[in-house]
Amino acid sequence: MPECALTRTQFHLLQTESKDLLAAQKLKVLVCAGTGCVANGSMKVYDTLKAACETRGLNVCVALREEGGENSVHLKKSGCHGFCEIGPLVSIEPLDILYTHVHPEDCEEIIEKTLLGGEVIDRLLYHKDGQAYQRRDDIPFYKLQHRIVLRDSGKSDAEEILEYIANGGYSAFEKALFEMNGEEICKTISDSGLRGRGGGGFPAGRKWESVRRNVSDVKYVVCNGDEGDPGAFMDQGVMEGNPHSVIEGMLIAGVATGATEGYIYVRAEYPLAVKRLRIAIAKAEELGLLGDNIMGSGFSFHMHINRGAGAFVCGEGSALTSSIEGKRGMPRVKPPRTVDKGLWAKPTVLNNVETYANVPQIVLNGAGWYRSVGTENSPGTKTFALTGNVVNTGLVEVPMGTTLRQVIYDIGGGIKDGKKFKAVQIGGPSGGCLTEEHLDLPLDFDSLKKVGAIIGSGGMVVMDEDTCMVEVARFFMNFTQNESCGKCVPCREGTKRMLEILERIIRNEGELEDLDTLESLANTITEASLCGLGQTACKPVLSTLKYFRNEYLAHVVDKHCPHCNGRKRHLEINPKLCRGCGKCKRNCPMEAISGELRQPHTIDVTKCIHCGACWGACPFGAIDAIEEEG
Amino acid sequence: MDASNAMLQRVEEIIDSYGCKRENIIAIMQDIQAEYKYLSRETLEKIAEKLGIGVAKVYSVATFYENFSLEAKGKYIVKVCNGTACHVRKSQPIYDGLREYLQLEGKQKTSADQLFTLETVACLGACSLAPAMTINDEVHAKMTPESAIALLEDIRRKEAVQNA
Amino acid sequence: MAKGVMIIDGQRVPFDGEKNVLAVIRKAGIEMPTFCYHSDLSTYGACRMCIVEDERGKIDASCSLEPRNGMVIKTNSARLLKHRRTILELLLASHNCNCTTCEKSGKCHLQALAHQFGVRHVRFTDTREAAKIDSSSPAVVRDPNKCILCGDCVRVCEEMQGMNIIDFVNRGSQMRVAPPFGRMLSETNCISCGQCAAVCPVGAITVKNEIGDAWRAIHDPKLRTVVQIAPAVRVAVGEAFGLPAGDNVLHRLVTALKLMGVDEVYDTTFGADFTTISEAEEFKARLQAGGPFPMFTSCCPAWVKYLEKENPKYLHNISTCKSPMEMFAAILRDKYAAKDAEDGKRTYHIAIMPCTAKKMEAAREEFKHDGRPDVDLVLTTREIVDMINESGIRLEELDMEAPDLPFGMGSGSANIYGVTGGVAEAVVRHCVPDKSRNALREIAELGLRGDEARKEVTVHLGDQELKIAVVHGLVNARKLLKEMDEGKAFFHLVEVMTCHGGCVGGAGQPDGLNAVKIRRGEGLHAIDDASLVKRAERNPVVSALLNEMGEHKAHELLHVSYVKD
Repeated sequence: MPECALTRTQFHLLQTESKDLLAAQKLKVLVCAGTGCVANGSMKVYDTLKAACETRGLNVCVALREEGGENSVHLKKSGCHGFCEIGPLVSIEPLDILYTHVHPEDCEEIIEKTLLGGEVIDRLLYHKDGQAYQRRDDIPFYKLQHRIVLRDSGKSDAEEILEYIANGGYSAFEKALFEMNGEEICKTISDSGLRGRGGGGFPAGRKWESVRRNVSDVKYVVCNGDEGDPGAFMDQGVMEGNPHSVIEGMLIAGVATGATEGYIYVRAEYPLAVKRLRIAIAKAEELGLLGDNIMGSGFSFHMHINRGAGAFVCGEGSALTSSIEGKRGMPRVKPPRTVDKGLWAKPTVLNNVETYANVPQIVLNGAGWYRSVGTENSPGTKTFALTGNVVNTGLVEVPMGTTLRQVIYDIGGGIKDGKKFKAVQIGGPSGGCLTEEHLDLPLDFDSLKKVGAIIGSGGMVVMDEDTCMVEVARFFMNFTQNESCGKCVPCREGTKRMLEILERIIRNEGELEDLDTLESLANTITEASLCGLGQTACKPVLSTLKYFRNEYLAHVVDKHCPHCNGRKRHLEINPKLCRGCGKCKRNCPMEAISGELRQPHTIDVTKCIHCGACWGACPFGAIDAIEEEG
Repeated sequence: MDASNAMLQRVEEIIDSYGCKRENIIAIMQDIQAEYKYLSRETLEKIAEKLGIGVAKVYSVATFYENFSLEAKGKYIVKVCNGTACHVRKSQPIYDGLREYLQLEGKQKTSADQLFTLETVACLGACSLAPAMTINDEVHAKMTPESAIALLEDIRRKEAVQNA
Repeated sequence: MAKGVMIIDGQRVPFDGEKNVLAVIRKAGIEMPTFCYHSDLSTYGACRMCIVEDERGKIDASCSLEPRNGMVIKTNSARLLKHRRTILELLLASHNCNCTTCEKSGKCHLQALAHQFGVRHVRFTDTREAAKIDSSSPAVVRDPNKCILCGDCVRVCEEMQGMNIIDFVNRGSQMRVAPPFGRMLSETNCISCGQCAAVCPVGAITVKNEIGDAWRAIHDPKLRTVVQIAPAVRVAVGEAFGLPAGDNVLHRLVTALKLMGVDEVYDTTFGADFTTISEAEEFKARLQAGGPFPMFTSCCPAWVKYLEKENPKYLHNISTCKSPMEMFAAILRDKYAAKDAEDGKRTYHIAIMPCTAKKMEAAREEFKHDGRPDVDLVLTTREIVDMINESGIRLEELDMEAPDLPFGMGSGSANIYGVTGGVAEAVVRHCVPDKSRNALREIAELGLRGDEARKEVTVHLGDQELKIAVVHGLVNARKLLKEMDEGKAFFHLVEVMTCHGGCVGGAGQPDGLNAVKIRRGEGLHAIDDASLVKRAERNPVVSALLNEMGEHKAHELLHVSYVKD
């Protein structure tokens, strides 16, 4: 047995020390360092604040262990707050102030007034309906949320392991390691009713128990961080904002099942998440929370990071393990299941980021506590990435069973520009759309399944009255078709043909039969495809065909969609204004304009492609766009 | 030592840093691409040799993932518009003319001197300027095969002067 | 392995160790359609034709389901039939459907299943960019426009031969099967074993068809067409005419060839007896000289090509003996030169082989003299079957005729060249001084025969203990080489056949799974059992010729060096 780097007693001392250090900090400034805020320039704000503090003689401390004495400010990079739209965000503790839209030129004022003077700058607060909000949690966007996995996001330093420990981090792991056996941990997770947050909603406890019962020399814990749905970034928020919660969840899975190797597969487009996870792993290894014989328990666990390389299908379990093995990310036939033969054909626990992030809280607070949130069959909370035509876009976490209306209107602030709500797409390209009639539907695994939608990983795209639902279906089909691995015939060939038909319909060249063909193909793809990607690929098409068939008919029968083509219009030359100069005729790429010199010209509408070249060329403003009736 | 030898040596170092393990092939290719922007044929052959797997296997993995580029892009990206208006105003001969001028064969898009990458684009929205073409996003209007080639020749000359 | 009873379409079907539900369904007498399931390879599960429905209406591919006791499935529900038809329609839509002129017409699985499932209309047009046909290989032709991406070829190349010449490229609807970097097969390390063509269910990879050249030669009055027939051909040709695998139809084949207009028909076993003697002599010489060991057999051209391309350091170990086909051809050239001069005809030599790599071997520079190959044309078993059919000959009804003399006769030990272990056994028979029946029986029971991937035996020759290994399937040969590299294995003699089962499993043979290959091998052993002459040196024509030609001439005609200096 190798010597342990950190004994249990030393861990307890570390906990106390961290807590004391955190409590001793008088003034803390947290600059949001989530992908959204960084893109908005939050790191410039951080640097400016740091420099400005230093010129004013303030002691700037970055690490928890740094003690700056009386005249000190702790400057930290926090994880994503989830309300990226109002970023860059800066929060100041213990004053409990959240500043929004902070720019480098605001830094002097923040230091002068708030840090030194204790004064609130009203201009930088969040304003809504004439009211200013000082505390983050009073803002309607946050007020109605219930945050478990996003608990610390935005509130603590994502790169400081001691802060995570000070906030109770790794004590669930310690409890699992010393006070529970594998069976008990699996039972706790089972009793909590935690279901996989990656889309399938499979009970996590049952999965763990299957792996635990499997006899094998090696077992693996794999974390799916290949969040690839267009419009979903929940897991990104967790990995960036609270990487240790994922690592701790995986460690507990390791203790529960007897696995000793962990792999986190992170989407290629999340370099910041990779960086934070790397730092987190390195720090945990340094402290002895990862490695051999952890806390002298005899339990060893090693963690690896794999970066995806651009393949949505790798979100599918067997494709993901293939990719970790360095192969093409093509799903394989099941059985055998991943719990029996997963990574390198060994028993493997495979859950997504959010699922693991829930685990430490469940182990600490018990299954009963978890069950007190959410619904009977879907306990706990769910994170959603709220995007599209909604006022407040961002990352939200609500108890399961919250209605769509609450999420879209109360948290999301309703539809943008006062438009009417039309539909919401949940679960990305694998999900279906829901309409007005579903607004009071509770969001949980089973209710959504009943209406042909899924929670999926949690992408929630809101669409207003101006959206063409055929175009939405085409968009998702285009995505899936591009991402099909190409292995099985129904998905490879079927989605290609469906996309061709949808493109034809969008061009107003479809036939009524095409709708039947779409449905027939969708049925075969759904029932006969090899993996989840193919089996769910047609949901957007099927649900839009179901709820918005009239929009398909507009394209197919009327050959005119009010959303895509606007009101029907054509270009005409006003004979009163036309002097017959011929410029329009020379500029028309389609040779659609005819007329004698010095005589009014005319446009052949059958040849015209509405490019507008004539309109730009006419020196007399004689070209009119005529809107047709109806 | 010439550039390609230096690159292969660096590639070898990267592979060695991953212990020549097959499962690390994706990470190896990511690291190489981070340095060289793309994966050359020689690179993929070196990976196959060092990891003890078939070249076809390496190529197969590289072409599965979208992030891997097997072709270096040129310094200038030339896009010939192929929208309806440009098409009827004969944009195809421009594309064909440029291909010939750049001596591109088969699926090759980038000239041998790595200066130009030739692509097509569906409607630039400059129909009245048809046929249109962009060079690094700058629009050039009413092109002919001759005027398009002249533009490229001009760039080549400037580049040659700069390098001299 | 599980045992139990399943309910398939309402009937009780017991199972015992079948590896998947598909096998149980087939056992129940239901022909399950599939493109990508090949029982000798790993399960891929991609074509989705073999789908079944369980009690709850869940649909799964039967190739990837494990049989469970009490399992209830349907194989032909309305949904399943609809999905199969749709899948076929989708495949046809992305397939070059010029079926009537396709090499594979009549033997194509896609054609057969589309017919079987009544697909009469395809709603979609082929929007793929046409791909170039690759006919650069001497053995096979690759037409990507016909590929249905079942991956059988990729798996056989990798799993059976360990080669990985072709693989999947790109993904989704852009996916193709191809060599890397858009290369042609001739630009790869392809060894022409042709197994990709043997498993291809459609016409995407086919054996290079050279029937036209054969007819031209046969019908040319200025040419004397002389044919040699390899051992493995005689136990497989009959399959195409409704005869059981393993039945020896050599004598009917001779009749057929004569009917078709071939001038002289001989037997490759004649060449094989020369090979046995030469190889045994070389082996004994190496034993005396103390190496180099192991001595590898050289009959298999794909194996030789593999060493040349990927492992040239072992070329020194390969026997310098030519293959039986090339020995035969060299002797024929030598003997017929005078005859040609005399009657003004030119001898055109055709070899009928179970093997696609022989086409490549025949074209090698080493086997050309004055710019002409010793073997003018190699036809595979498949091609000769097509020619017989084209001639309207019913092989099964023909009278028997013996091959011509003097080169139409070989020993029993030459016949078993066509099955794994045969070459080694023939050499051992020659080397062992005890020529009794008992000694023959002992050699037969040494363990050189059988279907195991690698057989290792020890033979006592005087006071020497000789270690001999027999491997078939190139992947197994590669494993052996790796062990030798690592110093974990040592042998004096190693017989290598690239194809599983030996030449009986060659890619030029009619379609057949492993069980069929084994029966063909048994057929060759039966010929050996029935033959009066069991040892190469007892072939009177061979020994007389060897005496006549003398050592120098024998070396010139029968040996070759593949080592490049």
